[in-house]
Amino acid sequence: MIEILLITILSLALYGFVLNKKKARVLSEINILHSQPHYHGLYTAFLTIVPAIILLISWSFIMNIIMGANLKDYFSDITDAGLVEFYTNGVIDYVEGTTDAIIDHVGFIPAVEYYQSLQKTSSILQFIVTLTLALILFRYSMKFVEVQFKARDHIERVVVFIMRASAVFAIFVTLGIVLSLLFETLRFFDSVNVFDFLFGLHWSPQMAIRADQVGSSGSFGAVPVFTGTLLISFIAMAVAGPIGMYSAIYLSQYASDRVRSYAKPIIEILAGIPTVVYGFFAVITVAPFFRDLGSFLTFTNMSSESALIAGSVLGIMIIPFVASLTDDALTAVPKSLKEGSLAMGATLSETTKKVIIPASFHGIVGSFLLAFSRAIGETMIVVMAAGFAANLTFNPFDSVSTVTVQIVGLLTGDQEFDSPKTLSAFALAFVLFFITLILNVISLSIVKRYREQYE
Amino acid sequence: MSNISSRNHSEKRFQFYGKVAVTLAISFLVILLYNIFSTGISAFQQTYVAVKLDIPASVDKKSINPRSYLNKSFLEMFPPEVKSRNEKKAVLSLLSKGAKYEFQELLEDNESSSLQGYFWFLASADLDMYIKGTVNRQGDTAGRLDEVQMQYVDILESKNLVELQSNKYLFSAADSREPEMAGIRGAIIGSLYAILIAFLVSFPIAVLSAVYLEKIASKNKFSDLIETNINNLAAVPSIVFGLLGLAIFLNFFNLPRSAPLVGGLTLALMTLPTIVIASRAAIKSVPPSIEEAAIGLGASKVQTIFGFTLPLAMPGILTGTIIGIAQAIGETAPLLMIGMVAFVVDVPGGPMEPSTALPVQIFLWADSPERAFTERTSAAIMVLLVFLVLLNLTAIYLRKKLEKKW
Repeated sequence: MIEILLITILSLALYGFVLNKKKARVLSEINILHSQPHYHGLYTAFLTIVPAIILLISWSFIMNIIMGANLKDYFSDITDAGLVEFYTNGVIDYVEGTTDAIIDHVGFIPAVEYYQSLQKTSSILQFIVTLTLALILFRYSMKFVEVQFKARDHIERVVVFIMRASAVFAIFVTLGIVLSLLFETLRFFDSVNVFDFLFGLHWSPQMAIRADQVGSSGSFGAVPVFTGTLLISFIAMAVAGPIGMYSAIYLSQYASDRVRSYAKPIIEILAGIPTVVYGFFAVITVAPFFRDLGSFLTFTNMSSESALIAGSVLGIMIIPFVASLTDDALTAVPKSLKEGSLAMGATLSETTKKVIIPASFHGIVGSFLLAFSRAIGETMIVVMAAGFAANLTFNPFDSVSTVTVQIVGLLTGDQEFDSPKTLSAFALAFVLFFITLILNVISLSIVKRYREQYE
Repeated sequence: MSNISSRNHSEKRFQFYGKVAVTLAISFLVILLYNIFSTGISAFQQTYVAVKLDIPASVDKKSINPRSYLNKSFLEMFPPEVKSRNEKKAVLSLLSKGAKYEFQELLEDNESSSLQGYFWFLASADLDMYIKGTVNRQGDTAGRLDEVQMQYVDILESKNLVELQSNKYLFSAADSREPEMAGIRGAIIGSLYAILIAFLVSFPIAVLSAVYLEKIASKNKFSDLIETNINNLAAVPSIVFGLLGLAIFLNFFNLPRSAPLVGGLTLALMTLPTIVIASRAAIKSVPPSIEEAAIGLGASKVQTIFGFTLPLAMPGILTGTIIGIAQAIGETAPLLMIGMVAFVVDVPGGPMEPSTALPVQIFLWADSPERAFTERTSAAIMVLLVFLVLLNLTAIYLRKKLEKKW
């Protein structure tokens, strides 16, 4: 039904475009029009399509609400509002074909039939009303084909409006992230105290299903998760920091242009490899390597999911972030500073250490912060290489868990949206979002400030 | 000041550290790629076992039960000592569970002709691993074949009835519980649907907002806000976008779980900032003289943008878009959040059907305890990397060939 409607409206618009363009062209043979003929055509097409589409979309929204409200009458004998909600959703899902489950209730089959008849009426009405609107506007736009009519201005206003809407869309994405995370997080804090979450030392999100169940306390103290994240990220920075920085220094100060032109893109490939590949690499290569190394050094209490494995592979991944941003910072230092130092007899390494690095210090700090925020937010490597059990430890050979591992663990598989277990994932994500945002804002402002310093 | 020779030493040392760092970074890449390729290359071949069939043309092919007939023919190839139930089971476990489907197909294709002689059928993953040498007879890495089964394999090998052929399941099948029958076609199609949707949604929005920010918006608080916003969105961890998709598309709009449509929409939100930033840079690099000339000849602002600015900036915009899309193809975490991790045995027929994506398939297989999935994981990674290389080569080509130096 809706496909036929869309095709009808589109062909009507196309017809209007051709018709009005032709009309305007005939007119333009003896007059000077304000707008080119095709703008007149476009104007008709716009007028036919846009309001009809808006009506079409808002119609289905409004009708769903009305139909849902009417449906509730079939379950009027039930007093529990939550149960009524459950039944009506069951009917809607059944009719939409999302599920085959028939709920055992006398009102179910009549409700299904009622809902189907409502849907049918709604779609017929929708067809008639939308088509009528499109036809009226189509006819209405016909009389605008005149010499003085500013079709182009109208069209351009619409185009600029669409552009502005696209730009504002990014704000809505951010708002959507903040609101959806905040909403679920607040629901989580209904059942768990904020301070218990932020400062509690024990994390085991499995909730007891029965009251007498052992071992499933459902405690939500996120400190072990945070320390695990920090531990893995610090190990990653310990790998990526020196390697990234020394490569940047070598490539920007010492390497010939030829070496630089090859080595730089090769290092950047590391950033383009999907993180799931690194995760697999950690499991099949790095983990056995560390295990063998551990047994070679007769070091026995090494966990197969140790923080060291996840952290070092994560470190390899963020080398290019450190390297390329540090490189940008180093090359942005004015040549005169470097040459001045060299002319005074300092060696290149002394110049680098005492002049170039201090001069670009802000940029280097910014690049480290950005890389660190990458490490905190990275998911797949830690999901595959780190453990799920959140231990409160700073021993790199122990297994620890991270915020992202917990989110994945809590949200894959079956979910109930009112259990604190599921909601805790949103609270963790909110913390993650907030921290990466702050790190990002700080590093961007540092980088920006120092860039202006030399411009 | 210390003396000159120690200063020179420290200079050399410093340079040496730099060389070591660059070498380390590059060797990590080489080790990673070498590992993936050396484990994955064997997955492009697969072990087949020849079974002697003897079906005259006159026999009605429909009357044959594929499973029992195939098992009987296979057992007949072994010495008559193979009698007990366990021995028979050991023999039959050399054939894949998929062999009977191949036999059934063979029967259907040869409705009226005779089937006599040796025909190749898919071997089980255990035999496959053994033949490829991933597991061997000696040592602690012996696979799941026991001593007796290895003797049977020797019998087959002595008659040249076992061979490696190209793996046709890998690119024609979707996921399966049996490693030898598992393929990545379903995952590739799912990924393509998701990427197509991500492109269709994010490209127009990103380009239009880039144009707005560069050419139309006046510099004020509001356009600054949008700008900071987009820069920050680019650094939001991808898993957060997954949670957004879960909350908005699944819980609020009630779109189907596990569908490439939802995956594509989520990836679209994620790639949006990348494309906006690249497009803005491309638009900025179009020389103002061209636009001024257009304005001077009486074109309106919108006409100038669509007639001159955008076409001239298009190579740069497309390069940025391809890089954004390449990131999105490899992205796994947001897809886990919206339920694209399901075990799907069918190749999805449309963007609304449950499906998985290539990186998610890699994740699922990497998690599987069966050794035979390890080489397939590597093979899937190789396919993914080939996709990424192709995309990046296209981007480089576009940049080199089409971008004009003004």
